[in-house]
Amino acid sequence: MNSDKKTTLWFGLVVVLLMIIGFSQSWSVSLGIMNLCLISAIMALGVNIQWGYAGLINVGVMGFSALGGMTAVLVSQQPVVEAWQAGWGKLLLAVLFFTATVILATLCYQKIVASKQRNIMMAAILILGLGLTRYFLDPATTAIEAVDSASTGYLGGMNLPIITSWIIGGFVAAGVAWLVGKVALGLRADYLAIATLGISEIILAIMKNEDWLTRGVKNVTGLPRPVPYEVNLQSNDWFIQLIQWWHSGSLNLLHAADAQVALKQFIIEGSSIFVKLCYTGLFSTVLIIILLLSVKALNSPWGRMMRAIRDNEVAAGAMGKDVIARHLQVFILGSAVIGIAGAMLITLDGQFTPTSFRPIRYTFLIWVMVIVGGSGNNMGAVLGSFLIWIVWIEAEPVGVWLMQFSTSGMADGNIVKLHLIENAQHMRLFFMGFVLLLVMRFSPGGILPETIRKR
Amino acid sequence: MEALTDLANAIVLLLNFVLVPGLAYGSQLALGALGITLVFGILRFANFAHGDTMAFGTMITILMTWWLQSMGVSFGPLPTALLALPVGIVVTILMLILTDRMVYRHYRRQKAVPVILMIASMGVMFMMNGIIRFIIGPNDQRFADGERFIMRARDFKEWTGLSEGLTIKTSQGLTIVLAIILVAALFWFLQKTRTGKAMRAYSDNEDLALLSGVNPERVVLVTWILVATLATIAGTLYGLDKSFKPFTYLSMLLPMFAAAIVGGVGNPIGAIVGGYVIAFSEVTITYAYKKVFVYLLPSGLEPNGLLQLLSTDYKFAVSFIILVLVLLVKPTGILKGKVI
Repeated sequence: MNSDKKTTLWFGLVVVLLMIIGFSQSWSVSLGIMNLCLISAIMALGVNIQWGYAGLINVGVMGFSALGGMTAVLVSQQPVVEAWQAGWGKLLLAVLFFTATVILATLCYQKIVASKQRNIMMAAILILGLGLTRYFLDPATTAIEAVDSASTGYLGGMNLPIITSWIIGGFVAAGVAWLVGKVALGLRADYLAIATLGISEIILAIMKNEDWLTRGVKNVTGLPRPVPYEVNLQSNDWFIQLIQWWHSGSLNLLHAADAQVALKQFIIEGSSIFVKLCYTGLFSTVLIIILLLSVKALNSPWGRMMRAIRDNEVAAGAMGKDVIARHLQVFILGSAVIGIAGAMLITLDGQFTPTSFRPIRYTFLIWVMVIVGGSGNNMGAVLGSFLIWIVWIEAEPVGVWLMQFSTSGMADGNIVKLHLIENAQHMRLFFMGFVLLLVMRFSPGGILPETIRKR
Repeated sequence: MEALTDLANAIVLLLNFVLVPGLAYGSQLALGALGITLVFGILRFANFAHGDTMAFGTMITILMTWWLQSMGVSFGPLPTALLALPVGIVVTILMLILTDRMVYRHYRRQKAVPVILMIASMGVMFMMNGIIRFIIGPNDQRFADGERFIMRARDFKEWTGLSEGLTIKTSQGLTIVLAIILVAALFWFLQKTRTGKAMRAYSDNEDLALLSGVNPERVVLVTWILVATLATIAGTLYGLDKSFKPFTYLSMLLPMFAAAIVGGVGNPIGAIVGGYVIAFSEVTITYAYKKVFVYLLPSGLEPNGLLQLLSTDYKFAVSFIILVLVLLVKPTGILKGKVI
């Protein structure tokens, strides 16, 4: 079977699955799953750019998506003027001192020959610089966090449309990726994995604790939306007419009074679906743009060079390819894509809760998507995210149903039966690991393996 | 005389809040890191499933403990969990051998690159995590019993007449004692027995060891047995000291990796050193020194801040910062490990 046909068939399966969910549960649920599939697909594309193209292992997906999410807050929220007035001077000084410390220490490390004096000098710079930073930062943050801490207590954002954060989020993630890459990319594969995992935890720790920046665990809720609100839609004339027209067949069969009640129900359902459809449109556009660019890049001379570096670093280096620079480049690109997806995720949620970022969900699950779908193949990564996310969500109702079915012989109220049904939802973790191991063992390239055009 | 009392009070403060918790936590980390370093040294991959192996062993121990408790069995002043431990260890050994047969052996035979084994260990991590949550649920479980304290703060105050108290929990004392015994036994095994020597030879140079007639499958088998034993004991001790929650074991993975790498990967002594380095940096950097200085400095010079270098929320971040620094400055670790 040629690969195009296979791709089409598998994506056909995804459509069928989504339709089954739509008919059996509801279209609102189906679209909700679809939206998260789209976001996961963008994250998976980011990982695929790093792992599939270049063989760089980034187990810090969670950190980069959280950076994108934070950007969504900082871009879209109202600035808190009082907080800025309370702390801007000292905050600026703290930032200046911190930057100066880092630059000086780096210069000291790079420019002076390794010696005891240099190490002492570096330690002195770091201790003095970080001490000065803390000296200004502490009062600044206290002042900022004291401003109406129940509702704000942070600097707020830039009051721009939240969609712009998708682009800015990409740039923020790219900036951090540049720093991380400069530091960590020289490491061997498994050390790089552990280092990126650690760095993502540090990023999350900062977001949870620096209340002046992100409100920390107090969360930021009520982010503005790029799409209409359900409540506004429900009182909107053209929307009511649209729903009336859409359901005219069934409404005409009812009496006037019943039709009014039914129409109201249709409008409530319809508004929720309409909002989700708007998101689907936006997300699909972003996914298609990124997917096209990725495919284009992979099939370009640049893509061939990346694969050459991945398959044999030494040989590629000997052919004059700058392996270190290319690794850094691809790491930044992939992280930027993950950052974009993170900003989109927070836009969809409408709130930023740092505690909701867990490595299992935001790092390892994305990895399962890429490996199962097919690393090195962009369509594979997208397919993997759709399949895995559908399974991840649907494993819960299906698992509970299976448990109820298989324990139907036991008496009601049996402790074992209750336990099995109550904990059935956790089996999805088991199932994910099982699928990952099965695919790795019997189809190491994933469902849609990398295809290399022969010339 | 008053100066002396103040000094004693300051020392007791540090003992109580830095040394004792640091030693206990360091021992737990060291035992965990030993498991990671053994897998690193022999099987040559970073085992992401190690945190969940610990949780799995602890879970079996807890279930056994509950059963023993319901039968009315107790271990006097010591926690009943110690009696249940052997069962936990045996089940975990069986579990790890099963995963090796089902998952890792295939890649070993294929001579797959370490990254593939590492990703496979992520799959194992998912599966174990699912099993644990399925059986015992994601919530906190308490299973400690017996005498809670070796030394209570009030007794210590009455005994010494100082105003600061020193508390030593049974779980802390137990952790330190067990860690010493286990580490001694492990080193005896690695240094003196034939199998231990074969393991070290295999870790140093696989080809040479194979040529000398070392059976690789046996080495791997023994490694998993050791890893399961260490992981179960470390997990149970951590659970007795804090409490058992599957998620905390997953987050323990990172400090344990840090400990193994900081000390020098593949080097058992390094794992122990690394464990204490990580534990003590976490505790000393996040401890608020204000009270200590109140005792030490003459009155009038008391500091107004908390004198805390980093807030306690950054506890985990400290270990990663140390990890990243060590990886950059000295990738082989403090004691020279191997760069596989």
